[in-house]
Amino acid sequence: MRVLEPLVGLIKGLWTTLASMFEKPVTIQYPEQKRPVRPRFRGRHVLKRYENGLEKCIGCALCAAACPSNAIFVEAAENTDERRFSPGERYASTYEINMLRCIFCGFCEDACPTEAIVLGDTYELSFTDRRQAIYPKEMLLEPVAANGAPTPQKTEPGMFTRSVPEMKNPVD
Amino acid sequence: MNFALVIEWLIKGLVLVFILLGGFAYLTLYERKALARIQVRIGPNRAGPWGILQPIADAIKLIFKEELIPAQADKLIFFLAPVVTLVPALVITAVVPWGPTLTVFGHKLTLYIADINVGVLYIMSVTSIAVYGIVLAGWSSNNKYAMMGGLRSSAQMVSYEIALGLAFVSAILLAGTMRMMDIVEAQKTIWFVLLQPVGTAIFLIATLAEVNRAPFDMPEAEQELTAGYHVEYSGMKFALIFMAEYDKMIAISAIGATLFFGGYRGPFVDQFPWLGPIYIFLKIVILLFGMIWVRATFPRIRYDRLMAFGWKVLLPLSLAVVFITAIGIILAQQVNQSLIWLIPAASLLAGFVAIAMMYRTLRRKEYARA
Repeated sequence: MRVLEPLVGLIKGLWTTLASMFEKPVTIQYPEQKRPVRPRFRGRHVLKRYENGLEKCIGCALCAAACPSNAIFVEAAENTDERRFSPGERYASTYEINMLRCIFCGFCEDACPTEAIVLGDTYELSFTDRRQAIYPKEMLLEPVAANGAPTPQKTEPGMFTRSVPEMKNPVD
Repeated sequence: MNFALVIEWLIKGLVLVFILLGGFAYLTLYERKALARIQVRIGPNRAGPWGILQPIADAIKLIFKEELIPAQADKLIFFLAPVVTLVPALVITAVVPWGPTLTVFGHKLTLYIADINVGVLYIMSVTSIAVYGIVLAGWSSNNKYAMMGGLRSSAQMVSYEIALGLAFVSAILLAGTMRMMDIVEAQKTIWFVLLQPVGTAIFLIATLAEVNRAPFDMPEAEQELTAGYHVEYSGMKFALIFMAEYDKMIAISAIGATLFFGGYRGPFVDQFPWLGPIYIFLKIVILLFGMIWVRATFPRIRYDRLMAFGWKVLLPLSLAVVFITAIGIILAQQVNQSLIWLIPAASLLAGFVAIAMMYRTLRRKEYARA
């Protein structure tokens, strides 16, 4: 009955939509339910620490130099054995990222000689004014690990002599 | 005139209007939920459990929105047009019987507002007024898109009204009366949808065009006319137009249920009369689901094809259906009662012929294009 084709087409369409009614909804109820991010997702930056609690960042500002949108501002200061923040010669006394400027390209990650700055998993970045968009160091630093101590630490003289700590070849 | 009777009418009228307005609110939710499920989504579920407060949130939003009136608009008509669209939608439900006569505290309560002996004619005449509202809304906005939408809607609604009226005629012929109560009672043994399936199909298609629903929502084709006749409306005036559209859906579903699907009749209605309103409510909900389902399935058809379909397919087919129904009734009365089954058989044949001719035309067009 090819003649009935106009009608059969309509009924097939109706059947398709009716059948889709009984499928499981694909909706993710966002604030309550979150989809895990992909392994290489580039979210908000995190400043990493070593296991003992020292900051990886040595304040070299290579990230700021690499940043295509000039979102990063770094100011370095000297470490002393009395007040030690990082294993290197210097540390970042100010580290600010303007999240309104950042394009999440990940160049800062690539530029960092100590793997201190990493683009993390957080993507919920909202603020109500421009000043809040500038994330200071305290917000970016990851919390101290269980067996570490907070910075500044008091260290024995002669333990940290290199200006850049010794690094293995980066993975990933 | 009895004073108590007037009070009863007033109360019934108020209750009906409130049911329709509440029904409008929850129809929007019903539609959004059903559409969402068809599109494998969840739909509104934030305001209250399962989103049941969503219509209230929408209403509050619409009330507090700014009402803009275009500087060059015809202010009076711009103001009146939403009212003119809404009122017929509310008024046509007056003749729909919502149930058999109930006895409440020894008082006989009829579940309709007006028992007009030409009820179907009344419905036809009042629905035609709704066209004015849309045309005037389009014209008074002084906007070319609104104007186009209004003109389209007038042409479309006037064209499909003929097929709709002839579908009504087939039900009137089968019942032998225009009174809604008697039409329902005539379907005591068999619903008219079984006696006149093609008439019912014509009714369902024509109502989609009458209430400007997809796939015949030409007057408000978003892609071509932004929003058609209500493009300049905002705030509460827009809500009125919106309300009119959805109340028309409810009203026309109630009429369809009454004319072809046995109205408030169903199992055990004679023993328990209060089942009547429940049955008609369920029938309305199912018919409304049909409208939503069709909206979710079919794309909007082109305007010239809409007119061609109305005049070249639906009108001849509905005339044939009326003719077949009349002949079947005469044969059943004069020769043999069982000859009434000639009506569905012959009208299905007529429907088949109509589809076959559509198929031929479509194929010829395909060849012409190739």
